[in-house]
Amino acid sequence: MSDPQDLLRTLAPQVLGYLAARHGQFDACEDAVQEALLAAHRQWPAEGVPSNPRGWLITVAQRRLTDEWRSDSARRDREHSWAAMESDRSVIDLADVGHDGDDTLTLLFLCCHPALSPSSQIALTLRAVGGLDTVSIARAFLVPEATMTRRITRAKQAIRDAGAIFTLPAAADRAARLQAVRHVLYLIFNEGYTSSGGPDLTSHELSAEAIRLTRLLHALLPEDADTTGLLALMLLTDAHRDARTDPSGALIPLAEQDRTRWDRKQIDEGIALVTAALSAAPPGPYQLQAAIAAVHAEAARAEDTDWAQIVALYRVLSHVAPNPMVTVNRAAAVGMLAGPRAGLDLLATVADDRRLAGNHRAVAVRAHLLEMAGEAAAARAAYLVAARLTASVPEQRYLQGRAARLAPIRKDSG
Amino acid sequence: MKYMLLIYNRPDFVEDLSDNAREELFAEVDAIMAELTESGELVGGQALTDPSTARTVRQGTTTAHTVTDGPFMESKEQFCGYVEVDVDSLDRAVEIAARWPDVRYGGAMEVRAVMHDGGAEM
Repeated sequence: MSDPQDLLRTLAPQVLGYLAARHGQFDACEDAVQEALLAAHRQWPAEGVPSNPRGWLITVAQRRLTDEWRSDSARRDREHSWAAMESDRSVIDLADVGHDGDDTLTLLFLCCHPALSPSSQIALTLRAVGGLDTVSIARAFLVPEATMTRRITRAKQAIRDAGAIFTLPAAADRAARLQAVRHVLYLIFNEGYTSSGGPDLTSHELSAEAIRLTRLLHALLPEDADTTGLLALMLLTDAHRDARTDPSGALIPLAEQDRTRWDRKQIDEGIALVTAALSAAPPGPYQLQAAIAAVHAEAARAEDTDWAQIVALYRVLSHVAPNPMVTVNRAAAVGMLAGPRAGLDLLATVADDRRLAGNHRAVAVRAHLLEMAGEAAAARAAYLVAARLTASVPEQRYLQGRAARLAPIRKDSG
Repeated sequence: MKYMLLIYNRPDFVEDLSDNAREELFAEVDAIMAELTESGELVGGQALTDPSTARTVRQGTTTAHTVTDGPFMESKEQFCGYVEVDVDSLDRAVEIAARWPDVRYGGAMEVRAVMHDGGAEM
């Protein structure tokens, strides 16, 4: 935590939580905190990190709010909160402001409020909880800064319109709201993880940020098994990062990855977490997916993989979270355990599922099973269909490459 | 997910409209663009000049390539511009495309996902 940048990002949600809990007006508080972060970013490198950095940020943000409200024509309506703030200030200057974990939790719930669209939830979470500025978020999602600015403004507006206030959700809503928070963190992780490992570092930062925020949630709710499972899943998946692409950015499938390049430290932590989470029954989808990733991680070579265990875990997963994609993944595992025919038979049970229409992954799994079954022509055709369906350039190249390996030998070249 | 909404119409269709209808058309497009800006979904967009001002490059029979003017086919739908959006679903992209006024005047909107550099583990 020696890097001032890391320190600022850790403090950002604490400062915002502190202000929003006391003054409401999440919107104005959020802007004020961003300005305080900017001021710190400018001043700290030159003047040194203040002895009470949290108090410093709160003081600067409060001053910013005070200036804003002073110049506001509706000032009289706000004199009450202003007075409250003025009396607060001395306290902040004198003593270290304690950190209330509930404020950060409340902040996460607010950013993932159901009134917001997924993309707005993601943007607001990264800014308000992650302490990232709009420019960085826009860059990570490859959209113009203006677009991201509007998205964040609109997200805050949606929170205001929904009448959401800065308190923890009622006990009855809490499970569903927490699920939404975990889902947003999962989406952020995926956005970063699925981007190629090549020169594009900004996307890598996105999955690192998702892991950081999930660690934060896990620290606030250590007993929540689904959150533990999510953190384990992220760590175990991210552990493959260096092995899953070659230097040119081409994808390397799991079976062909150099496993010595997997991040052992992350794997060990992920396995420990998922083991702890699985003892809490019944396991949720994140724990089960993490458990599957852990089985892969425990195989020193691809051929040592315990497919029986993976198939069993997928079976449980399809009961806990029925979804045709789970069947597709299970079919791939069944193919490894009981042969390609068994995998293809299972795949056939979801062939007409509308939710898989146009899904390249389902077709790619079918292609792979057909290839294993020795049906080269059918496998090649399926790889080419999958290649047309994907929106990912590296996936398309990979699938076209698999198809090319199965092409009939040309006689016209001689 | 990013989508390109490709706009196709007959190059001369605006000429056949009354002043009112034409102004209404432009106002409608402005309104949709303002809405997409406001919602933080707009990534970008450009209109292209009339296809008659274009140069078309093809491989030549004797030369490396030939350049011709046009196309001039007024009666045929031509690519005339695009809007790029970043939205939560394909349905939303289609919903935006369906509101484009060109569709009412016999044009077509093509919704195509933009390819990205990311890739899932295979």
